[in-house]
Amino acid sequence: MRELKILAILVFFTGVLYWGVEPFAHSQMHKHVEPADFTFEDVDGLHGAKGNAINGKELVSMNCTACHGIEVAGFTAPMDDASAAAAYGVTPPDLSTAGHLYNADYLAAFIKNPAKASHVAHKMVDGKVHPMPSYDWMQPQEIADIVAYLQSIAPKEMTNKEAFVNACQRCHSAKYGDFRFDGTKSSMAAKTPDADISKYMGTIPPDLSQMIRSRGPEYLEEFINEPAKHLEGTAMPRVGLKAEAQEQVVAYLEEIGDSSKDKRASAGPKFLGYLVIFALFAWLWKAKIWRDLH
Amino acid sequence: MALINESFFSAEGLEKRLAGKKFWKVMMTEYWIPKDINFLWALGVVLATTFSILIISGIFLLMYYKPDTALAFDSVNYTIMQEVSYGWLFRHMHGVAASVVFLIIYIHMFTGIYYGSYKKGREMIWISGMLLFVTFSAEGFSGYMLPWGQMSYWAAAVITNLFAGGSLEAWGLVEWIRGGFTVGDATLTRFFMLHVFLIPVVIIGVIVLHFYTLRIPHVNNQISDDIDYDAEAEKYLAGNKRESKVIPFWPVFLSKDFAVLGIFLIFYFYLVFFNFEFAMDPVNFDPANSMKTPTHIYPEWYFLWSYETLRGPFFDMFGMKAGDIGLMIFGLAQVIFVVFPFLDKDPDVLPAHKRPKFFIWFWVMIVDLLVLSVYGKLPPIGANSWIGFTFTALFLLLWVSLPFVTKSDAKARGAL
Repeated sequence: MRELKILAILVFFTGVLYWGVEPFAHSQMHKHVEPADFTFEDVDGLHGAKGNAINGKELVSMNCTACHGIEVAGFTAPMDDASAAAAYGVTPPDLSTAGHLYNADYLAAFIKNPAKASHVAHKMVDGKVHPMPSYDWMQPQEIADIVAYLQSIAPKEMTNKEAFVNACQRCHSAKYGDFRFDGTKSSMAAKTPDADISKYMGTIPPDLSQMIRSRGPEYLEEFINEPAKHLEGTAMPRVGLKAEAQEQVVAYLEEIGDSSKDKRASAGPKFLGYLVIFALFAWLWKAKIWRDLH
Repeated sequence: MALINESFFSAEGLEKRLAGKKFWKVMMTEYWIPKDINFLWALGVVLATTFSILIISGIFLLMYYKPDTALAFDSVNYTIMQEVSYGWLFRHMHGVAASVVFLIIYIHMFTGIYYGSYKKGREMIWISGMLLFVTFSAEGFSGYMLPWGQMSYWAAAVITNLFAGGSLEAWGLVEWIRGGFTVGDATLTRFFMLHVFLIPVVIIGVIVLHFYTLRIPHVNNQISDDIDYDAEAEKYLAGNKRESKVIPFWPVFLSKDFAVLGIFLIFYFYLVFFNFEFAMDPVNFDPANSMKTPTHIYPEWYFLWSYETLRGPFFDMFGMKAGDIGLMIFGLAQVIFVVFPFLDKDPDVLPAHKRPKFFIWFWVMIVDLLVLSVYGKLPPIGANSWIGFTFTALFLLLWVSLPFVTKSDAKARGAL
């Protein structure tokens, strides 16, 4: 009985200490933010307009393909990644998958005014302008047509890696996705060279290999959806990923950054099961030996 | 020397040469432990086991770890965590054991304080134990640097910078410790050497010393009974196991230890698999970057209380800078527990619940250390700073009051 009392005291104080330095301390250090919002109701989007993909195709070939490649539609990128980065500051994305990855309202808002929609207007000062011009001179219907076209050519499904490559890899590397011990260039290096991106962003965007361990899925979900919520004044734009696409990006980060998660989950119960058996036998043995003593 | 004629290649021959049976008797079956103990007496063996886990997992990690600022982070987080078979398991076991070992050390330490197991002949046990606490702290700190993450780097920068305080700066102590003006490759490689060679060797030596110091004064018991070991051992050997106040180390004492160990290992492996972030801080999964200071820098949980005594005095006092006062209290906090036996002025060995004022002192100290630990992690802003200040002052006050508190108990009992 006394031993149980001592154990209860130990558990109590250890528990209070744990609560104080972990959940409580972290709740004080990290501000609580609203959960991710995938409705994008706040953007100046389509306002319910239905687009016509055929008109959209025409508009896209006239307005977009001078800078952007659209591989699925036969438009190759006008420049290679490095030259495009040197010309614009950052490598422009191929638009083949935009209709699948991004929320339609967000896409519309972005085409109208990229800096405003992606929440980087605060960076566009001292003569700096967003590399993509605003198309707010177009009719709302024309914007809707462009979005409809991008959706019509987009794949219906993508792998986690494809989602990451298209949504993130222009700026971020993820070297654990293709780790090179010999120092050769990883296929998961950022598409925009470091020198250009640091000029464009003011810093080299971090490699994302360990973000799943350093930030965790919950933070990533809130952060990718709206970076400024957690990091005020950040250079990272809001990218407007749909919920499913963002889940795929986070899943990819877990594949490359915490690949032993499944092994952990399956080995854990086995270890604990073995130890329960060990503890049981140890107690029985102890009881047998101590029976003669009292 | 008496010449031994029995063949080397026979059981008797080996026994003659090594006296294994006698050794076993002295170390195990006739090493006497008091019978009136509770599970807290098993924590020594729990600690020895945890230390073994650290050594074994450490050996596996050592095979793949690369002590180079350009390679360290990826060798841990890519090679060990994702490529090597069960590398993740060894790292989790190592990281969690490094944290849990301190939990057990603290419990072990305060068990000693509660039952008065540090005085009247047991001073050397206490001092060697505190030496282990200090060497384990050095081991923990040096190991934390090795993954070369953000917290590794910044904790190293902040803590080594402590040696830049006051006149220490004039001696170039920080540069000597770091191997340069800033924390860098030279720092990493020397802390690697300390972590995998020098400190573990010292720890093993001090563990042997700690076990040795127990042998002569014997382990204390729950009621601090002064046992006549020879008489009690005789009773036990004569078969009067029930009347005897002692038990042999093997198999009786260890059977209880193994039972406690079983429960401990369930708890430990639960943490290894399912709740490890307290021991493997997420911030340390960002690679070290000397240009980017993390928003919050804090040490591992087991250093938090002493870290908070460093931050406690946050304004200048008595004509001294706040930082210098903090450094002095911090320095004191590291060593003050060593002199516990000499601050306790009570001539009797008794558990704390038989020493009413000391009993209060004991629990106030526990609460004080808990509060210091929690506020050592929180950002030192607003009311937090004042709470840190108050409990640092209380910490000092407790030590000043210890001789008076213990003397007063003794007087009330009529022992003084």
